[in-house]
Amino acid sequence: MKRLDALRSIYTHLEDRIVVTIMGAVAAELQSLGHRQNFFYLQHAMGLASSMGLGIALSKPDRQVIVFDGDGSILMNLGGLTTLARYRPRNLVHVVFDNESLLSVGGFPTATSTGSDLAGIAAAAGIPRTATVSTLDAFSRAFEEALGAGDLTTIVAKVEAVGPSAYVTDLSLLENRFQFSRSLRS
Amino acid sequence: MPVSTTSSRAVYDALKASGVRLMSALPETWLVHLIRMAEEDPEMILVRLAKEEEGVGISAGAHLAGVKSAMLMQNHGFLASINGIVSCAQLYHIPLLMLISYRGEFGERDPWQTEGGGVTEDVLRALRIPFSFLDRADQVAPRIAKAQTLALSANKPVALLLCRDLMWEEA
Repeated sequence: MKRLDALRSIYTHLEDRIVVTIMGAVAAELQSLGHRQNFFYLQHAMGLASSMGLGIALSKPDRQVIVFDGDGSILMNLGGLTTLARYRPRNLVHVVFDNESLLSVGGFPTATSTGSDLAGIAAAAGIPRTATVSTLDAFSRAFEEALGAGDLTTIVAKVEAVGPSAYVTDLSLLENRFQFSRSLRS
Repeated sequence: MPVSTTSSRAVYDALKASGVRLMSALPETWLVHLIRMAEEDPEMILVRLAKEEEGVGISAGAHLAGVKSAMLMQNHGFLASINGIVSCAQLYHIPLLMLISYRGEFGERDPWQTEGGGVTEDVLRALRIPFSFLDRADQVAPRIAKAQTLALSANKPVALLLCRDLMWEEA
């Protein structure tokens, strides 16, 4: 499964939901499918996209929040999974694209390449719903189920270690930040 | 435990008065009353962290969603949060009200607090984070209000150092 195809398969579900992504390929690929004002791309601060999603989910309990995370990023904030589980925002769906590498800096393998199981770690941290999926059909099904489940879910999507040719887009970081904030507050 | 309940109450009330409705915290001795007050307050969302840097992301998310927040942490927690402060809050111009217990300054008896205490102010200056001290009860309310005002007008992190003379009642 390619991450771009996975994002494309669920894109229509993102239109009216709050979306936070990590930096690099995830941000560039989602933008290539069509940027929306309710999408925020955390272009640095690796590990904090899930924490940011928690802050938004707690502040906006009536809105559904989607976080697109990565294996390299979540490995930098495994403790954050215990915080997510502890507050269990039922309006948060946490997707981890696991390509078993730090793709944007040259493809160095992460610990998931040698067997570390992120869905297992999430479940053991106390996340009530977890799944690992490796096909497009299984991913879109798991994602749609999570949207309907009304509970905190972490979906680990195993994807190929391929990405876009460039990571910088013409959307400036601050333009994105103020657009996004305005859309959340309106 | 001689942590001042009176001063903790003054700090808590000033945070509430400045509009704070979400607090993230990692427990440390001087913060015990503040965290308990947040926990008992139905108007406050308290998020207990595993590591302080998470609080930067949580506060950033809350701010973007229109909720005012504060981070409660020890200065060593501040030191552990620096990349989040720089690469999230500063990069994205996000106000962050940080209340940092200033361990390791004059009067510190715990040897393990002394190294971090010695670098705290220099690190704040290096990061160009405006900061001030809370060391007397009568300063608490106005300084917290002014710190919040600056954080929101400048869209940047600001810090208040909770000092021993305010937080600790020596026997």
